[in-house]
Amino acid sequence: MSNIAPAAARQALRACSRRAATSSSSAIRPSSLVATPLAFRGHGRRNYVSETKPAQATVDTTIKADQRAFLQETGKKPEDVQMPTTGIGADAMMSPAAGILKQATVMDGGTRPIYLDMQATTPMDPRVLDAMLPFYTGLYGNPHSRTHAYGWETEKAVEQARAHIAELIGADPKEIIFTSGATESNNMSIKGVARFFKRSGKKRHIITCQTEHKCVLDSCRHLQDEGFDVTYLPVQSTGLIDMEELEKAMRPDTALVSIMTVNNEIGVVQPVEEIGRLCRSKKIFFHTDGAQAVGKIPIDVNKLNIDLMSISAHKIYGPKGMGACYVRRRPRVRLDPIISGGGQERGLRSGTLAPPLAIGFGEAARIAKEEMPYDTKRITALSERLKDGLLSMEHTSLNGDPTRHYPGCVNVSFAYVEGESLLMALKDIALSSGSACTSASLEPSYVLRALGNSDESAHSSIRFGIGRFTSEAEIDYVLKAVRERVTFLRELSPLWELVQEGVDLNTIEWSQH
Amino acid sequence: MTAAHGDMAYQVRSLYRALNRAARQFAAYNFRDYAKRRTRDAFRENKNVADEGRIRELMSKGEKELKMMKRQTVISQFFQLDRLVVEGGKEGRQTGRRNDIIRQKDTGWD
Repeated sequence: MSNIAPAAARQALRACSRRAATSSSSAIRPSSLVATPLAFRGHGRRNYVSETKPAQATVDTTIKADQRAFLQETGKKPEDVQMPTTGIGADAMMSPAAGILKQATVMDGGTRPIYLDMQATTPMDPRVLDAMLPFYTGLYGNPHSRTHAYGWETEKAVEQARAHIAELIGADPKEIIFTSGATESNNMSIKGVARFFKRSGKKRHIITCQTEHKCVLDSCRHLQDEGFDVTYLPVQSTGLIDMEELEKAMRPDTALVSIMTVNNEIGVVQPVEEIGRLCRSKKIFFHTDGAQAVGKIPIDVNKLNIDLMSISAHKIYGPKGMGACYVRRRPRVRLDPIISGGGQERGLRSGTLAPPLAIGFGEAARIAKEEMPYDTKRITALSERLKDGLLSMEHTSLNGDPTRHYPGCVNVSFAYVEGESLLMALKDIALSSGSACTSASLEPSYVLRALGNSDESAHSSIRFGIGRFTSEAEIDYVLKAVRERVTFLRELSPLWELVQEGVDLNTIEWSQH
Repeated sequence: MTAAHGDMAYQVRSLYRALNRAARQFAAYNFRDYAKRRTRDAFRENKNVADEGRIRELMSKGEKELKMMKRQTVISQFFQLDRLVVEGGKEGRQTGRRNDIIRQKDTGWD
């Protein structure tokens, strides 16, 4: 709002002052118009239509007179009064310059939006940067160099980072494969397992879910082109999958089940433990996309029977461009590597590691493990505050299951408001209506449509992501801003008017044009 | 014994003050807020720790964090961005009452 109001005010005030200027000059013009052409010729020098003299600079005195008159009439100081309909102070109405400057002062409080899109990415923790910096400056060895100290020291730090990540998910350090991010891990797991089984020619079926991330769905689409069968499981209206349906979808030739732990758009936590147990009993590999879950909810790959898991560094306050894939060793999961080369990372992901990123990732994982109780408590409290505040507004609803839910992701539908226009109105808050990958298109989120939401409802949904660095003041600001602007946008909407009158929108027959 | 105990309490208090001072130096609002809050909550969480060995352990952890914060606050001050929208007014510096307007900047890098 701090961005919109001054612009609007400025425009209005500029229009006002322009009008004032033209009217005052037209008052002077008749006499001077006649006089100046003569003066022009006579003196042979250029002149203004009306001469500028200090005595004529009466703006200040006029404003002062205005203000005095205002005080006399109303008994109030102009700066204390807000004009109706415009929301601009009376002093700003009288003297544009003062008003604009005052608006500018308010803006000086800051113009950077509040960050509330923690599902897209998180700010990097200063502790993580602190761990990374030595490896960007002095310690530049290649961790795969075994012949000198530069290599050894980097390798030691990288292995320590690997151990931190393994500890976070209860795995063995040897089972962690560093990749460039969760997308690569997902591709590697799904395509790798499928292609490995294709070689033996036995299993050719994959099960995934409609609400998965795009990179999982797209990998499966590719495998369909290669001749695999893919089942896209539907979800219930809560966003959770139905275990019975999953069991029914399993076939003797099913190679892999890929279901994400925490959904990136609605934050529901899938019943991973049950899925893992079911898959293990049927000897099917279970892959889960844990990008939004690792470091935020407790995860133990052995307890949950997870065979493959994708992890992303930048979702747990680590550096961007780094991720990991957990690949179980016992029972062994065999993969066909996508990237071949020097045989680093057990031959599954060749190529020199990025030590600073890997070490930052490790540090982020260590902090996540250490801070998990504290962060969870705090994020839950903030999330409750935000959720209660948003749902106390009329015609709003929470998307996804309310109980099996990661509190840091609150997805709310505001009925009768266009999501995109609400996002535009909330310029001072960095929000998204869905995943960052699809935020460029105006299409409604496929995740929300998979829940059975209507297109309108999916269009009017906004995702709020709360993280480690979100403060109470920010949540309060957001609540206030959302409440104000949703009300404002609804006032503009003719549909809202109908709803207020008690008309059921579904009964209306819109005339055809 | 009591003297040693008093000495320890003094050290803990001075570490707390130093951590808070360092935390205030973060240029970024969210980090500043988190550092202040985390420091306060960590000390509050461990206020009933009586075992001297454990106190020493926590102290050395705090000192490590302090060193980290001293480095990171300097870096943070090199790369200052505009302030967040929530930061306005509360600092009590500029209210627009006097002619103390300094700047007006758009969001982002451009």
